[in-house]
Amino acid sequence: MEIIDLGLIDYQSAYELQKNAVGEVIAGKPERIFLCEHPTVLTLGRLADENYILAPWEELTRRGIAVVAIDRGGEVTLHSPGQLVVYPILDLKKHGKDIKLYMHRLEEAAIVFLREYGIASSRNPGKTGVWLGPRKIASIGVGVKKWVSFHGIGININTDLELFSLINPCGLGVTMTSVKEIRGENIDFQKAKRDFAAILTRHFFAKQGTESDSFDNNFGYNI
Amino acid sequence: MSQVILPELGEGIEKALVAFWHCKVGDHVEKDSEIVELVTDKATFNVTADFAGVVKEILVPEGEEAKIGQVLAVIES
Repeated sequence: MEIIDLGLIDYQSAYELQKNAVGEVIAGKPERIFLCEHPTVLTLGRLADENYILAPWEELTRRGIAVVAIDRGGEVTLHSPGQLVVYPILDLKKHGKDIKLYMHRLEEAAIVFLREYGIASSRNPGKTGVWLGPRKIASIGVGVKKWVSFHGIGININTDLELFSLINPCGLGVTMTSVKEIRGENIDFQKAKRDFAAILTRHFFAKQGTESDSFDNNFGYNI
Repeated sequence: MSQVILPELGEGIEKALVAFWHCKVGDHVEKDSEIVELVTDKATFNVTADFAGVVKEILVPEGEEAKIGQVLAVIES
């Protein structure tokens, strides 16, 4: 298993990397987890309704915000710098072969991560993502091909929350929040990235083989 | 003739939405090529062909739900 920090990367380039990685993992190469941030972009899932983009197209163009249609479940999502975007390319046959279980485990990892930052969050029955009461702090949208996962989870760390007024997130009309908003201070993003990567790795790989195998031998940490 | 069936996706998942067909009737599909995209909640699942062949029938159109185990398409190899 490898963890690869892509830094700030445009959505499409990261998508191409994911697609290549999915092919490689299907072919038996090591699983990997990409971590990154995207310049501001709106993505529309297969079920997306363009009416959930509330801002006029002219405003999006003026602000240089791209709109990309993509092959994942879910509605309209916004990515922007300060949001930690994580794309696990995992062979789900090794992790329970269950889409719902996989999404739950992503949510759990985010809940554990937020707890380390002193934030009590939870799942919301019937709605994916991670929530603080009515406010959403992390969003999930996954794709699966031959039981290998792509897309993943976005956690608002220092995200400019004003940007969410451009859309109706997930069509739910929910209010988004961030670690920064809850803590009232700017968060060390690189540290947050390392912290979440460690939790995610523990969550998905600690039970596979012995712990030392997962961490010492197969844990390629490239941050 | 072989059937493309909506596979088991996970515990408690009984149905999925047929979101996108990558092929149409009459198309030749290669083994492992993507046939149809299913959406369940926030997940998209790509069903791939187990064998090469020609698509004879598409039984569930885009935008309709299907149950686990339901036949989605028929492919003649």
